[in-house]
Amino acid sequence: MNDSAPLLKVDNLSVGFRAGKEILTAVDEANLTIYPGQTIAIVGESGSGKSTLAHAVIGLLPGTGKVTGGSIQFEGKDISHAGKGEILALRGSSIGLVPQDPMSNLNPLWRVGSQIKEALVANGVATGAAADKRVVELLEEAGLPDAERRARQYPHEFSGGMRQRALIAMGLAARPKLLIADEPTSALDVTVQKQILDHLDKLTDDLGVAVMLITHDLGLAAERADHLVVMYRGRVVESGPARAILQNPEHPYTKRLVSKAPSLASQRLSSIKARAEVREQAVQTAAEIAAEVAHSSTEFGEGKADILQVDDLTKVFSLRGKKPWEKIPFTAVDSVSFKLKRGTTTAIVGESGSGKSTVARMVLDLLPPSSGRVLFDGHDLRELKTKQERLRLRRQMQPVFQNPYASLDPLYSIYKSIEEPLRTHDVGTGKQRETRVRELLDRVALPTTVMSRYPGELSGGQRQRVAIARALALEPEVVICDEAVSALDVLVQAQILELLNDLQAELGLSYLFITHDLAVVRQIADNVLVMQDGKVVEAAPVSEVFDNPREDYTRKLLDAIPGASIELGK
Amino acid sequence: MSETRVGQERFVAPIEETPLRAIDAVNVDEVPENQWKEAWKRLRTSFLFWFAVLILAVIAAMIFFPSLFTDVPANTTPKLENSFGPASDGHPFGFTRQGEDVWANAVYGARASVAVGVLTTIFTTILGMVTGAIAGFYGGITDSLISRFSDIFFSIPLLLACIVVISVLNNTFPDRGFWGSVFVVVMALALFAWPQITRQMRGAVLEIKNLEFVDAATAIGASKMKNLRRHIVPNALAPVIVTATISLGVFIVAEASLSFLGLGLPQGVASWGNDLSDAQLQVRSGQHLNVMYVPAATLAITVLGFILLGEAVREALDPKARKK
Repeated sequence: MNDSAPLLKVDNLSVGFRAGKEILTAVDEANLTIYPGQTIAIVGESGSGKSTLAHAVIGLLPGTGKVTGGSIQFEGKDISHAGKGEILALRGSSIGLVPQDPMSNLNPLWRVGSQIKEALVANGVATGAAADKRVVELLEEAGLPDAERRARQYPHEFSGGMRQRALIAMGLAARPKLLIADEPTSALDVTVQKQILDHLDKLTDDLGVAVMLITHDLGLAAERADHLVVMYRGRVVESGPARAILQNPEHPYTKRLVSKAPSLASQRLSSIKARAEVREQAVQTAAEIAAEVAHSSTEFGEGKADILQVDDLTKVFSLRGKKPWEKIPFTAVDSVSFKLKRGTTTAIVGESGSGKSTVARMVLDLLPPSSGRVLFDGHDLRELKTKQERLRLRRQMQPVFQNPYASLDPLYSIYKSIEEPLRTHDVGTGKQRETRVRELLDRVALPTTVMSRYPGELSGGQRQRVAIARALALEPEVVICDEAVSALDVLVQAQILELLNDLQAELGLSYLFITHDLAVVRQIADNVLVMQDGKVVEAAPVSEVFDNPREDYTRKLLDAIPGASIELGK
Repeated sequence: MSETRVGQERFVAPIEETPLRAIDAVNVDEVPENQWKEAWKRLRTSFLFWFAVLILAVIAAMIFFPSLFTDVPANTTPKLENSFGPASDGHPFGFTRQGEDVWANAVYGARASVAVGVLTTIFTTILGMVTGAIAGFYGGITDSLISRFSDIFFSIPLLLACIVVISVLNNTFPDRGFWGSVFVVVMALALFAWPQITRQMRGAVLEIKNLEFVDAATAIGASKMKNLRRHIVPNALAPVIVTATISLGVFIVAEASLSFLGLGLPQGVASWGNDLSDAQLQVRSGQHLNVMYVPAATLAITVLGFILLGEAVREALDPKARKK
């Protein structure tokens, strides 16, 4: 077996991008080898060069990118400087690609079947009626039911998962020897992700296709591939058998990944213990604050133990029907009830369309509920009559949103963004506000030099920290995090989760934490609400949900956490 | 697959060569820049921009200091003996049929033409921004009303509508003086040209009002109006500015067309359109074409200046061209 020749051998490959007169190195002397039929994974954070490496292999570097050194050998032939014709001949028939974003990689004006047929015709696999027949077979193979009808549909009639299946069918249409899958499931729901990857595994095994899987998730990589290549800032920092790397990481970056990636870290006992400590301290601080609130006449609220109480919250949207005057009621949230105890975190977990964000918006009073009520420390949000009262409520409850690129006004400097809540509520003088902004930046571990910067100049994680600082400016008691870490790289995710934990312990905050990812829940939450199609299907303390899930759906979500089955070293 | 294959042995990069960085560290030595500062930086290095600025500076000088360009004083009574007089010292392009200096006419004509362009742009932009912002922000019935209303105005051909409006106004107010005449043309153009800005503003506001920073401001306690004023409108400005700059040139052409047809500014007001209207006969006879070339050239160069400026600003503000 050892004597079989490698399918792909990347040797000391360097890729640079021209930026003005300089050449920026994106991939620096990378090595990797893939044997026929084998699955390997390239793991790295955004900007690590993993996608660039893959694009170099299939000759899809953008105009400014160039192979500056080393070689790429496919079946023993150097293709690193191959001409257009040679690369065209390889693409599709020898090397297939499943791109990252299923939403933008299908032509919306073409039937899905025609797009797969195009791949067959372009590679000379089949033409005419034979190709049509083959398209249906390929779609069936990719796991789409009712393939014949599906082939005649347009991309907008497909869900994200179905589109990704169609793209897989396309990538495998000409039976390539190597399939490059560039983050094939990162835009999909976790349970769909698992289905698609399982199917891809089986399919490529059956066909004997080698797979180069590109992912930012070490857990997922280790679960799917036998050989791992870890990239960091353009360099391959560690590579080898998946299990060996996971159980005994040697490079400090890999060690960091193994210890911090939420999908892996959530299995550790240490993270459960750490969470318990945070909670203990937070509950104590929160109780002190509550006692103060109960005795004060100026503070909003009564100092109840349940700072938030949600009763039978329901939201019905009316969608446009087929005829212009028709309205179809759609229940996005269906009588959801829960309580949030002071100083604790309740996580709402669900996939897209489960209604979890709608709950968050109603709790924040950004969206009026159709029925049911939200009590903040004993006060019904809908019964706040005066502007004064409403402003006082706003001070007590603040959001941190998902998209770090949209949650800060791009025209506001960081200083102005964090100062905005203070100014809106006329807190202090200009000088005092500045001192407060400095304090807040310090709290979220950002240097005060960022004050004069603009959001466009900060990374996603840094912006999210600014958003947290803004949320904390008015000293709220409750912070509502709507997918606050979902858009971040795993290490940055871990860092923000740590920050949220520290802040909770110090300030006695209560969190409502909305997420699609059960993996992060164990590190931050005490209670979990699992939502599906607008309803709460399971509500229990975290440990119970993880160790003893009662509902099938919860079990499915747990199974979908990548890397959950992998044994880790210590 | 427990055996390790050739080329897949365990490899760990030397740690000295691949040092770890702090997670998500802030790069401290960058200079802060927002959209506008960045756009200005881009403009500063743009040849197109400086070329447009140069053209417009010359035109501005013509308007404010006409004596730098011609020694002929404004409103000189023409002498008929100069009719079609040839170029001479101080009169570089000769005289018109009426005995007016061709070049002096073009210099003094700049004022009315540019005034119409600038004022019309200001009015349409204000009207378009207000209606567009209200339509986009409030949505529902308000949006439907404003949008349909603007559609009606959008569907009427600009010049045709202006011809009707101006003829009516001309009959109602026969003697209006310089600013009065300019005002009538500006009002007529503005009345039918605002829907373009409305549409653009509405689109931008619709997109921005759903962004999370608007929700965040609401959650802080900012009122709807505050949100609109502080966050939504400033972020919607960029595309509107580009359209406004480019349409400025279009309005100057529209004024010239109207005056050429004898409907824009009255004969007594010096404008390029009027000069061109007077030159009609020369085009037919093919003689003394200077009378046509000079106002046509100043008009074309001015319009070019504004369109190039708009193009330069569009490039500078283009989000695709900006660093991420």
